[in-house]
Amino acid sequence: MAEITFITRDNETIKVAATSGSVMTLAVDNGVRGIDGDCGGVCSCATCHVHLEPQDMKLIGEASEIEKDMLELDDNANEFSRLGCQIEISEALDGLVLRVAN
Amino acid sequence: MEKSAFNDSFEKARIEKGYGEMNDQDDPVKMVLRHKDVRKCAHNYKTFTSAAVPGRIVVPSEVNIRKTRQIPFELDPPIHGLYREIVTPWFKRPLEADYQEKLTLQISAIVDRALENDSVEVVNEFALPLQSRALTLLLNTPYTNAETWISWGTHVFRSEGEALDGDKANILYDYIDEQIEIALEHPGEDMYSVLLSSEVNGRKLTKEEVKGVLVLTFAGGRDTVINAVTNSIAYLAEHPEALERFRNEPEITGKAVEEFIRYFSPLTQMGRVVTEDTQICEHAIKADSRISLCWASANRDALVFENPDEIVLDRKINPHVGFGFSHHNCLGATHARQILKILLNTLAAKVGSIEIQEYKENIENLDQFRRKVGFDSINVKFNRLN
Repeated sequence: MAEITFITRDNETIKVAATSGSVMTLAVDNGVRGIDGDCGGVCSCATCHVHLEPQDMKLIGEASEIEKDMLELDDNANEFSRLGCQIEISEALDGLVLRVAN
Repeated sequence: MEKSAFNDSFEKARIEKGYGEMNDQDDPVKMVLRHKDVRKCAHNYKTFTSAAVPGRIVVPSEVNIRKTRQIPFELDPPIHGLYREIVTPWFKRPLEADYQEKLTLQISAIVDRALENDSVEVVNEFALPLQSRALTLLLNTPYTNAETWISWGTHVFRSEGEALDGDKANILYDYIDEQIEIALEHPGEDMYSVLLSSEVNGRKLTKEEVKGVLVLTFAGGRDTVINAVTNSIAYLAEHPEALERFRNEPEITGKAVEEFIRYFSPLTQMGRVVTEDTQICEHAIKADSRISLCWASANRDALVFENPDEIVLDRKINPHVGFGFSHHNCLGATHARQILKILLNTLAAKVGSIEIQEYKENIENLDQFRRKVGFDSINVKFNRLN
């Protein structure tokens, strides 16, 4: 079980736990504002944009080429940006804090 | 060649030059063909504007048949965003359980009816009623309204043999004017009333603005949805194993919907007007000329999609632009996705196989290119799942 914390743009903190699935699905299922997941998780809509804490970059890893191309045109993208649909949940993510980008 | 196969007519031009050329009513269009370029141009509203003369960014151009500006579609940021913010919650309603239940009932009834017939012409007897009835949910108007819209035929703007039909467009515009007047007199919970009571910049939306949103809603979701539904059924006829897969792995239907949208690209392209001299793929483009963002070509770009000409039902990474891209991505996408998802689930639950009897392809003439976008007609027999 991994507990993940989402912090929305209006500073609402939502703590949720899961064992599998993607970060996007977890956020959508729990009504995290700013994560829409319109395309259902195939990296085509960029409505699940999150910012990682700098220290988590190593754990989660960098975005793939295609994901980077998606993020490149998002106004709020920075070096800590990832798409939630491309982050698979596992035990290792326990304690992860994600800031919703939009 | 399979009947449900849709060729990529842009491949050679996309690889060799990156753009195509199309004359459209003496207002030529440079078609942007590569995925990366399409997305960049879609994002760059300063150089490639949507806020041109109403109708000009549509290909084929509608300047001669339309004076009303479609909203928020024919506006640029930041004004675009003010209107988009007003309409977005309304267009997200298809995510609500109640909406999905009603849509499921509608689609089940259509599929049940189809199963009783030896031959169903999918475009007119299946996809058109489905699209029209579903639109009553999006507009939150009486179910019986669909009969009127069905009577207009498959194209709101186009009719057989003519690219653009001014008379037909007037039927739609007059209808919307009339509905706006009715909503003003007797406000309800329908989309007309909701828009009429919405505010932008501290003032109510004007009738003309409300009309602009409605014209967009009617026109944008008409032949696109009809083609997506029809083409999906043609594919399932030739791939009964896909129905079997949806039964066994219902979790992939969402991905399958995205893949159908990518592969069929129901809207071939959308234009922009160039605001300053610029270039695309090292080719000079003059200010006040037109480009188009060719979604259909971008969606087959082998630099982005593995096996682009194959339908991979559970394609995991699928950054398609079938619903457009960036500021102007399709407002009706939530509704369209629900229609297709529920359609696939319903067909999987009730239909064992589909046989294609006869068909006539709908080929778009894009000057340099010929693109199959759907069918003018396709007769099939739906066989019940045993």
